[in-house]
Amino acid sequence: MTDNMGANMLRNTLRTAATAAAASASFAASAAYDVDILPPASPIAQQIYDLHFAILWVCVGIFVIVFGAMFYSVFTHRKAAGAKAAHFHENTTVEIIWTVIPFVILIGMAYPATRTVLEMKDASNPDLTIKVTAYQWAWEYDYLQDGVKFNSLMSTPRAQIEEWNGKGEKKNADYLLEVDKPMVVPAGKKVRLLVTANDVIHGWYVPQLGVNQYGIPGFVKDTWFKADKPGTYRGQCSQICGKEHGYMPIVVVAKSPEDYATWVKEQKAASPAAQLAAAAPAGAAAPAEDPNKKWTADELKAMGEKIYAANCIACHQATGKGVPPAFPPLDGSKVATGPKAAQIALVLAGKQGTAMASFARLSDTELAAVITYTRSAWGNKAGEVQPSEVKAARKG
Amino acid sequence: MTAAAHAQDHAHHDDHAHHPTGIKRWLFTTNHKDIGTLYLWFSFTMFLMGGVMALLIRAELFQPGLQLVNPEFFNSLTTVHGLVMVFGAIMPAWVGFANWLIPMQIGAADMAFPRMNNWSFYLVVPAAILLVASFFVPGGAAASGWTLYPPLIIQQGISIDMTILAVHILGASSIMGSINIITTILNLRAPGMTLMKMPLFVWTWLITAYLLIAVMPVLAGAVTMLLTDRHFGTSFFNAAGGGDPTMFMHIFWFFGHPEVYIMILPAFGVVSAIIPAFARKPLFGYASMVYATASIAILSFIVWGHHMFTVGMPAAGNLFFMYATMLIAVPTGVKIFNWIATMWKGSMTFETPMLFSVGFLCLFTIGGFSGLVLAITPVDITLHNTYYVVAHFHYVLVSGALFAIFAGVYFWLPKWTGNMYNETLGKAHFWLSVIGFNIAFFPQHFLGLAGMPRRIPDYALQFAEWNMWSSVGAFIFGFSQLVFLYVVIECIRSGRKSEQLPWEGADTLEWTHLPTPAPYHTFETAPVVK
Repeated sequence: MTDNMGANMLRNTLRTAATAAAASASFAASAAYDVDILPPASPIAQQIYDLHFAILWVCVGIFVIVFGAMFYSVFTHRKAAGAKAAHFHENTTVEIIWTVIPFVILIGMAYPATRTVLEMKDASNPDLTIKVTAYQWAWEYDYLQDGVKFNSLMSTPRAQIEEWNGKGEKKNADYLLEVDKPMVVPAGKKVRLLVTANDVIHGWYVPQLGVNQYGIPGFVKDTWFKADKPGTYRGQCSQICGKEHGYMPIVVVAKSPEDYATWVKEQKAASPAAQLAAAAPAGAAAPAEDPNKKWTADELKAMGEKIYAANCIACHQATGKGVPPAFPPLDGSKVATGPKAAQIALVLAGKQGTAMASFARLSDTELAAVITYTRSAWGNKAGEVQPSEVKAARKG
Repeated sequence: MTAAAHAQDHAHHDDHAHHPTGIKRWLFTTNHKDIGTLYLWFSFTMFLMGGVMALLIRAELFQPGLQLVNPEFFNSLTTVHGLVMVFGAIMPAWVGFANWLIPMQIGAADMAFPRMNNWSFYLVVPAAILLVASFFVPGGAAASGWTLYPPLIIQQGISIDMTILAVHILGASSIMGSINIITTILNLRAPGMTLMKMPLFVWTWLITAYLLIAVMPVLAGAVTMLLTDRHFGTSFFNAAGGGDPTMFMHIFWFFGHPEVYIMILPAFGVVSAIIPAFARKPLFGYASMVYATASIAILSFIVWGHHMFTVGMPAAGNLFFMYATMLIAVPTGVKIFNWIATMWKGSMTFETPMLFSVGFLCLFTIGGFSGLVLAITPVDITLHNTYYVVAHFHYVLVSGALFAIFAGVYFWLPKWTGNMYNETLGKAHFWLSVIGFNIAFFPQHFLGLAGMPRRIPDYALQFAEWNMWSSVGAFIFGFSQLVFLYVVIECIRSGRKSEQLPWEGADTLEWTHLPTPAPYHTFETAPVVK
């Protein structure tokens, strides 16, 4: 437990209690009491929806019989009602009946479920394949045919999330379910996903599309979906993946095939450099990406601050103080004030046995910028790092 | 021999029941009743600790945003809550029941290996200390979920090594306990106590003990591989070294699924003792209950893959595990039907043990229904790792295992303490628990259906209302357990003597052949069972 947590907890228990009172007052007006699976938006999701209802009705039927018998018995066969105990305690016929009937019902359920399982596993003949790589804590989408590749990060500002020291900013309507760059797919086309992960196990989960697939580091698993119609479908990482597990949403935007083609064209029309820049969360650098270009320290620092905000802030904090001991401070740290080469190597490779992941997926310029930022922000004064140095370190 | 005459006989024996007093009595005890008591108090202590963690979780989830804890501490809470409740609260409680009841119910003088029995208990204490103390080491307690999946768990610090050591110790303790229980049941039964005359509680524990011996070493192997991956350069679960994180899941759940039956089978035994007693009518279908229990145990070894439908197993794997899982509904259904047939045309009264048993029957059945829903692979895929799963396993483990523990404690308290508990307060405990429980967990089905993942400290706005209800229910449920604590302490201290046979329909040896309270040493001469 970190030091400040106990105090936070005490302080906030009181605040929570106060909010509770206020919240219950406004409760009826804002209530969203969903009790059902979300409206399906793909053929598989539709089948899942129907299967769920079928099994639910089976359960309701059994429920009525079982609870009916039980409560009839509870009310009539009670001593207070004058019931005298019978003495029967065995009947092979009924035992066989209530073994066989459930078995038959189960076979009835297994048949449609089997068809759906086989269909879900059939990812063959896709119209389009996207490789999904999960990172702590971002999704990378790589359109294998269309040559588009970018990262997708949660875009909800932390000021809306963190309320340890008072009420946060007003939360967006899609709080925690919004990203900077959604996955864009053509509606009505079979999209195959190749899902993997870079560091730990994650889960790519979009309920309305009927997809929930673990991304497992070192292995590629495939799954697929076909969005019925254009729309926006939201989901979240489904497998605990570390402290920001609750903060890696997934947004899929299905467009008409024409709009999708336009979107791809736009992505491609932009120069590779611009694409990279766009891919960098919070749109790091608009100028052309050339690892040999010399940047001024201020340019790097300005760009680096944005990259830091998107990739580093969750652990190392805006203040650079981190959350020790799990997430060490950068302000005044030996790494961020020591030799450049060591820091570049650490950021490129990550650190085994800790939550520090490899950030090799960022470009040379982006890495140079963010490393420069950490070396010159707060109290640090260790000077800038140029993209060429990162490039050299990558080769070595 | 009549019960009264027997009681006199034992009063005579009591003169020889000298034992060390004070702390030494408890530290060095080899008496199955003392050890049972130790297990039960230990279990309740851990239950309260795990409960505090649960309430912290529910307090944070009362509304969206982060108000109380930070995300990594939240993850530690969910992880250790799970580990503490499974290994610290439910399992030791059942071992406590086994110690108290098995010798008395089969007419044995004590457990087969009394000294090992003492050691089994004193091993769980350091394990629990390791688990709880891991909150206070650098990096905080394990934060990977109770399933301890790599590679996430490899990232953490010393607390993981403490957790692994704790799991090893608990495993050793469980294996020793199981050997003790199996030996006791197979060798120390009174003359005439054939296997098919044993009370169902003894049967369920016999089968549970075999499950434990089969799977605890598997868990030990899995966590040992984690340990060597962390410290000795192996790559069992690291793809870069030729390993596979999925293998951990297979091994873990090969342990994990039998584990859930380890927690629920003794509950079946307790409920099978209580319902006939309060219906004043013999258990319906005794033999089929035994066979159903054995079937569930055997099936539990071939269903582990249903925890892994989102891993991306081949279709044949998904189908096999779906069919096997659905099959479990058959013997489980037989049990439910048998209990209802036992109630049918009985002459029922509803004292607290019966209330908790009927509560068990209703709510465990609901947990069974959601289990059936989750068995359907495509439905499971959309509900995997959502709150629907959280609701499901709390219905089977809280209103299943835990409610049966409460039922058993109320049922046997008079036999254990010689005093009668306060019936009004016992009933209050039941109603508060059942209401609080349902407010806490029923809405979680809805949250899961709407797609809310588990193990998140913060959530999207459409989940806010049901989460608020769930938190309110959790606090009602949590604080109701203090009523239970009060009832038990009040019962022990009250001096309100219980009748020799407080429950009209109770007919197992500990009721028919022993005085109330049960003396320190019982059945030094085995009874003859007809």
